[in-house]
Amino acid sequence: MPTTRRQFLYLAASVTVIPIVTPRALEATPAMLNTAIRNIVGEAPIRTGKVKLDIPPLVENGNTVPMTVSVTSPMTADDYVKSIHVFNEKNPQPNIGNFYLNPSSGRAQVSTRIRLADTQRVVAIARLSDDSFWQVSADIVVTLAACTEEVN
Amino acid sequence: MAALINVPSKAKRGDIIEIRTLTSHIMETGFRHTMDGALVPRDIITSFTCSYNGTEIFRADLFPAIAANPYLSFFTIARESGKLEFEWIGDNGYASTASASITVE
Repeated sequence: MPTTRRQFLYLAASVTVIPIVTPRALEATPAMLNTAIRNIVGEAPIRTGKVKLDIPPLVENGNTVPMTVSVTSPMTADDYVKSIHVFNEKNPQPNIGNFYLNPSSGRAQVSTRIRLADTQRVVAIARLSDDSFWQVSADIVVTLAACTEEVN
Repeated sequence: MAALINVPSKAKRGDIIEIRTLTSHIMETGFRHTMDGALVPRDIITSFTCSYNGTEIFRADLFPAIAANPYLSFFTIARESGKLEFEWIGDNGYASTASASITVE
């Protein structure tokens, strides 16, 4: 008996192969971001404010993204910024950089260029001399991702 | 090994000066694969220090999320004439240094 169109479609549908996707586990999760932050901050509360994160909101090339972090601080011997920590949400690794300052810095500001593997949130945390922590975050849209592409 | 350092050659005592550094380094993340699936091993600069007449004034820990040819800019107060020394340390025994002098009046 020749197979009818109806039978053929029925059979075809029943054996539809579910595509096997094996994504590389190359994404830090928000949980990893949280762990990375807690590794630096410990149990201390993190307040929002004082920190400013200058980063373009829309990035064409995630391989080099200019970023400036500045903290409002008088930078005197008894009130200064000890360190600035920058984290990301979705790169393979949640850390971006740790920057250590002291009163002789004069101004609590650091600039660098970073990589972003995906559209995501970047978090900057400052530790002041009284060991309080202040944070700010920024959302960045990335059109060409960094880090995980193939090497030619 | 090449590094570009931008430090004002002259400053008034007490001025806040900006120091900008750029060094050439591949900053291979260790998360990339070749076409045939082999993992490219990590090769990054992990640490940067700047000292001013022997005193550390700035230090940074770098991670794979820092772009190739790491650029860093930071500030310090011009206290006295002398030398600023820069050091980059990284994977596979990478070490590189540079220096710049400043005249403070």
